[in-house]
Amino acid sequence: MSELQELAERAAEAATSAGATEAEAWAEGGRSREVRVHAGEVESLTEASGRGVGVRAWIGSRTGYAYDTDLSDTGLAELAEAAVGAARVADEDENSAAPESSGDVPEIPGLRDAGLAATETAKVIQLAKRVERAALDRDERVTAVEEVVYVDEDSTAAIASSRGFSRSFAATVAYSFLQAMATEGAEVQTGLGFGVGRSPGDLDADGIGAEAGDEASSMLGATKPESRSCPAVFSDRVAASFAGFVGGAVSADEVQRGRSPFADRLGEEIAAPQLRIADDGTDPGGLATAPFDGEGIARGRTALLGDGKLLAYLHDSYTARRGGAASTGNAARASYRSPPSVSPSNLMIEPGELSFAELLARAGDGVYITEVAGLHSGVNPVTGRYSVGASGRAIRGGELAEPLREFTIAGDLLGTLAAVQAVGSRARWVPFGGSVRSAPLLVGDLAIGGS
Amino acid sequence: MRAADGLASALSGNRTDPVSLTAAAPPVLQEVEVDPVSVPAERKAEILRELDERARSAGSEVAQASASYSEGRRRVAIFNSEGLEASDDRTRVRLGVQVVARRNGTVETGFETLGEHRGFELLDGDPGRIADQAARKAVALLAADPAPAGEMTVVVGKGFGGVLFHEMTGHGLEADAVQKDASVYANRMGERVAEPLLNAYDDGTMPHEWGTGAIDDEGTPSQKTAVIVEGRLTSYLYDRLRARRDDVDSTGNGRRASFRDLPIPRMTNTYIEPGDADPEAIIAEVDRGFYAVSFGGGQVEPATGDFVFGVSEGYLIEGGKVTRPCRGATLIGNCLQALARIDAVGSDFEMKTGFCGKAGQTAPVGTGQGHVRIRGLTVGGTAI
Repeated sequence: MSELQELAERAAEAATSAGATEAEAWAEGGRSREVRVHAGEVESLTEASGRGVGVRAWIGSRTGYAYDTDLSDTGLAELAEAAVGAARVADEDENSAAPESSGDVPEIPGLRDAGLAATETAKVIQLAKRVERAALDRDERVTAVEEVVYVDEDSTAAIASSRGFSRSFAATVAYSFLQAMATEGAEVQTGLGFGVGRSPGDLDADGIGAEAGDEASSMLGATKPESRSCPAVFSDRVAASFAGFVGGAVSADEVQRGRSPFADRLGEEIAAPQLRIADDGTDPGGLATAPFDGEGIARGRTALLGDGKLLAYLHDSYTARRGGAASTGNAARASYRSPPSVSPSNLMIEPGELSFAELLARAGDGVYITEVAGLHSGVNPVTGRYSVGASGRAIRGGELAEPLREFTIAGDLLGTLAAVQAVGSRARWVPFGGSVRSAPLLVGDLAIGGS
Repeated sequence: MRAADGLASALSGNRTDPVSLTAAAPPVLQEVEVDPVSVPAERKAEILRELDERARSAGSEVAQASASYSEGRRRVAIFNSEGLEASDDRTRVRLGVQVVARRNGTVETGFETLGEHRGFELLDGDPGRIADQAARKAVALLAADPAPAGEMTVVVGKGFGGVLFHEMTGHGLEADAVQKDASVYANRMGERVAEPLLNAYDDGTMPHEWGTGAIDDEGTPSQKTAVIVEGRLTSYLYDRLRARRDDVDSTGNGRRASFRDLPIPRMTNTYIEPGDADPEAIIAEVDRGFYAVSFGGGQVEPATGDFVFGVSEGYLIEGGKVTRPCRGATLIGNCLQALARIDAVGSDFEMKTGFCGKAGQTAPVGTGQGHVRIRGLTVGGTAI
């Protein structure tokens, strides 16, 4: 049993001793480091370690939450009192109860790479510098890199419940991204590159830098397109953000509150049949993969869109009880500082048949969207309408043409889901819109706002 | 300690030598009359229920209302090896309400907030009015048409409309971006970047505003920094590290989200100084345009100057009059062009609260302005 698991058990017991009828404790600990590099030098270096525990206490159907980092016996006793005290003043909620164990939780191999902890900081600094060098060497017009960021984390999480289960798992993650700047005359364009893995060894420094350098230089000379409606190809990054939009709308919590365009649409035809999206918390390649969710329930795979139909909502134990469904293992914890809430794990866009060149050929004349901006204000998750800034390339005669910038794309989620005509065959993991196994999408008709 | 040793060796060759600095006693700016902690939870719940009822009573079309209350007190103490000792005690209270309205198959949302760097006395009077405002927005939008697409004159509303200046100019003046040449405002100090009618400030000393503090998070006393005077660029925004590089004084803009984060140059309260234009006249002079009353937020890439704003409440302007409400609009443009096209600033000044994200850190900021008119900005709607 890990030290954290023992800690979680002590915290849950402290809560029942303090008067909770049921209690659950989530403990977390780990180390992380972050390196920022600019112009061949380390701009900042941060190492952090921390541990904390959050306790959910029930008194009947009233719930309270509290968290702390003082893990001494006295600290845990005070934490338990705080959680129980919060439960005492909470309103009754008939759907609130401690989650039942989902039975055996299978282990998922490969989530923790021991090589990460063994990699010296000097090594990862070299990696970040190499990412920057790769971007600069890519094209002489790439004149600077605003910043290369490298981050890794080695963490363990544990949960213990008065319902009699207790479990833990460990995982590592390493990622790097950068923004390159390309200059020609007075014009500056930027490009993004990234890579994710379980350890620094998984990251292809040259490839990450090259992606940013290529994107920045390919945008030089970009102009604003005319306003019109036309076919569009979403890059895998843009498709991932779009999948994230879908992932928010299938949350049973939003659906039950009437705050989702998918409310009351279960089983209905809402999308093109070519588009299949699932939530999968068990794929070893996904950063959100874990044996169990934030309530200790086994993660799983839930098909969301298929045959054009909305197939399921994502549940935690609370929304499941409220909706008369079963938890899909989608209780997420941002950290021990917050109680669990419904969220997608890894979203998987099922790859289609067409190569990228074939997608462009099918589009004929249109736009290839490589970047969207302003998602947090331009997307309305309640109504499903969106209007966001975009940049990319023109598609002419089925091939990529001149770069385009400073335009908007707008529509509504249901309309765009129905307008998807094809999915590209090449998929990759993208850390935008959550953790998404993404592929490019061809959308038949999209509103472009330009000059 | 082991981690600290590792950092020191990895950073060797990059050391900066200490300089002397006199400890400054920060002024007390924020009188807290009623400590929010002293107010019973029942009273806070009562206010939330009132917001909920006020929103729901705004009409049968109001389908959902959710209200939130948050309070926070943050005490900070800063000591450094140069002998600086400084501290601050920051209490913030904020109320928010979101309303969902429904008519047949159409759904719209309205959002309103009330927040200050102040105690619970902020909620004296009639805090429930924000529920009326949020419900009014949501219901008004039910009758909205799709927003137009294309370039036109845009009038930006007072208050949170100031987020426009925050994104369009404020971020590009933060010295970290400037020093890397990753800002379109780099190497333009003293240049004309706007019409002479424009004056703008970053001011961390404004009493009770959301981004106010006695000191920044490096212990530098907050100050009022003129960033644009009569259309000319007059100052960047500095933390201590970037100030030392430029051989200037910190402007008190070194902020951090928590002890877990490194300080970086950040805005405090950023605003366009009130002008002398009558807001009604600003609109009356527009033959065809777009009136962006309020925004959900915005984003900028300082290196290219490209920005976007999501409009949460917008209307068409036709023949000098505000006519139909529009849904689903985003404004998009380039900083330097858009800033130079501001041709009217209203006298109806107001400040609003916001949260700004940068490098993974979130900071409370104030934004403000009167009505502002921009000649030529791209509106991105669906009505092509």
